[in-house]
Amino acid sequence: MNTAAKQFVRDATRLSADLRHRGLIQTALGKYEVKRDEMKARFHDWERARQLAADTKWEAINHLDQYLDQFVRQLEARGTKVHWASSARQARDLIRGILAARGARTVVKSKAMTAEEIHLNEDLERAGFTVVESDLGEFIVQLRQEPPYHIVFPAMHLTRGEIKDTFEARLHDAPSDTPEELTMVARRVLRQKYVEADAGITGANFAVAETGMISITENEGNARLTAALPTTMITLLGIEKIVPRLEDLALLLPLLSVAGAGQLLSGYNTLYGGPRQPGEPDGPEEYHVVLLDNGRTAYLADAEQRDALHCIRCGACLNVCPIFRNVGGHTYGTTYSGPIGSVITPNLRGLPDWKHLSYASSLCGACTETCPVKIDLAHHLLQNRRNASRVKPSWWQKLAFKLFAPVANSQFLWRWLVTKGGRVGWVFHRLVLGTRFDPAYAWTRTRDLPPIAPQTFREWWRARQNGSAEAGNGGNAAKP
Amino acid sequence: MNERENILGRIREALRFPARRPGSHGVTEGKTALPTVAERREVLPPVSSSFDAQMALFARNCAELRADFKLCRDADEVIAELARLREAEGWSRIASHRGPQTESAVTSFGLPVLWTERGYDKHELERCAAGITACDALVAQTGTVVVSTRTGGGRALNVLPPHHVVLATRDQLVPDLPAAFATLKERYGADYPSMISFITGPSRTGDIERILVLGAHGPKKLTILCV
Repeated sequence: MNTAAKQFVRDATRLSADLRHRGLIQTALGKYEVKRDEMKARFHDWERARQLAADTKWEAINHLDQYLDQFVRQLEARGTKVHWASSARQARDLIRGILAARGARTVVKSKAMTAEEIHLNEDLERAGFTVVESDLGEFIVQLRQEPPYHIVFPAMHLTRGEIKDTFEARLHDAPSDTPEELTMVARRVLRQKYVEADAGITGANFAVAETGMISITENEGNARLTAALPTTMITLLGIEKIVPRLEDLALLLPLLSVAGAGQLLSGYNTLYGGPRQPGEPDGPEEYHVVLLDNGRTAYLADAEQRDALHCIRCGACLNVCPIFRNVGGHTYGTTYSGPIGSVITPNLRGLPDWKHLSYASSLCGACTETCPVKIDLAHHLLQNRRNASRVKPSWWQKLAFKLFAPVANSQFLWRWLVTKGGRVGWVFHRLVLGTRFDPAYAWTRTRDLPPIAPQTFREWWRARQNGSAEAGNGGNAAKP
Repeated sequence: MNERENILGRIREALRFPARRPGSHGVTEGKTALPTVAERREVLPPVSSSFDAQMALFARNCAELRADFKLCRDADEVIAELARLREAEGWSRIASHRGPQTESAVTSFGLPVLWTERGYDKHELERCAAGITACDALVAQTGTVVVSTRTGGGRALNVLPPHHVVLATRDQLVPDLPAAFATLKERYGADYPSMISFITGPSRTGDIERILVLGAHGPKKLTILCV
């Protein structure tokens, strides 16, 4: 096993037995589920809404060159500087360059998964910039020097007590552990940062081709302030964020809010179309948009999984995933966790190192069913398994299938295996049961192995057809 | 090297193979069909066509979002309401922008006003107790107030002070989100303000144990006075 897979198995084993962690996650997601279902029910037709949203993103992604070009021309026409970055490194260089050219030292940031993806904070801090995360959850995990736990709820894994301790240690200010007072501590600290910061960096939820605007969804108002007060504003967005028309947001904004946070509409949904325009009282003097590829065009070339680029990063698939709900967000060791992370990470970062994530799934299909833009996540996990075995077949899997195929293809051998062979094996298995020599150790280490049924289905069926007296109760008492 | 051409080139190359349409079994062909306004209306939460029902829905949504909404008889009642807020919260300094809805109401009760429409000092705005603005529209479906740099006194006035007071008129009420976007398109056309914000309730967070706290960064209170 490679390092990433080992780390996944180690952390998953530890966390799935951690009842405190499980309690926190179940409580948080339980509240989410109640609100989400309440809001879904307000929709006249939620299922049809998903289809319309998927159609909209399909159109945008499958004509991405045209819409991207339109988006950029509209932005540039109103004084925005647009930059293109093929790689994470180019994006980091561009952003450092913009900040340096503007003479900026302190940067206030609103939540952006693209910035996590390119490890922007570490890079800017190494270059001597002061970077402050302004989203409360991000602010907390930044103080703890942790990555976000969840793409929408970054500090979901922490109790108020842990957050109080963090504030005490890092800010020397934590009057109590009530969420209200802790939030007010962050409010006080961060308000000064907005007013003083030289530059603001944001992500974006949508990019409107028709009007050349980005759209940011949030609840706290931190992105609003980040885009209002500093004299330089930078937005880092993935090229897949495009939607064709402004009016498409009339559906996509509530869909994102319901699926992401169980709200009909999140607190602030804001469109930005440029720097301060003539006649406007405030806003940044310069507005820069950095368009990030970083593997997205390669993903686009895979027609089978192209719909993964429809993702609006709502986190709904994480919230319903039985694996995520047991192993948590950090276990994945990736920027994007949960089903969507397990689908895209192997394709963006390399199948051999990340193929284990394709198995972080019970294939229950809850992710596919909940996705507001209808990404076929469960099948993409299966396709990743198939592709991984094509890229680098495993010798023992090949051997196992070589041995399995003739047995499965022969009626005689198969019947022997599941009857006499299985029973003989069962006797020997008892000798190694629960030890490392047990071939089923991965299972038997923590679980009982159910005993082989005394009868096969065929035997039971035959006995039943023969019409023994007990046939009515399933023939369990059939005698030889 | 021109990254723009590189990226667009890779996209065109990638799109040579068509992708399956969502919800279909392998269909890749067919004409582009972006949803129409009517189709979107059919799926979104239903809104009555009666004005009174829409106003009642807006009020209900505000209550749920913990925003204060008051339908006033006339401009005098709006001023009386503002005076009541001034007393209740002990305002000593407020901020606003000059406009048909705001100017007369805000100047009528004798507090120092920071006007933002011609630029302002952000440290001063940070010290104001309330920001009083107009708006572009009220959305009944979601309890949303739509503001822009033109109707909201810029980008910061409607989000930095701890109390945001919106002065709206009855004719600004629109039934749903599709209507709100249509209004924006009609009003601004090719010359959109650089910021348009759909404000739904006061600033909020649930980042600590998913417990709702109002006033995370933006206004702790949102009051909508409609005349």
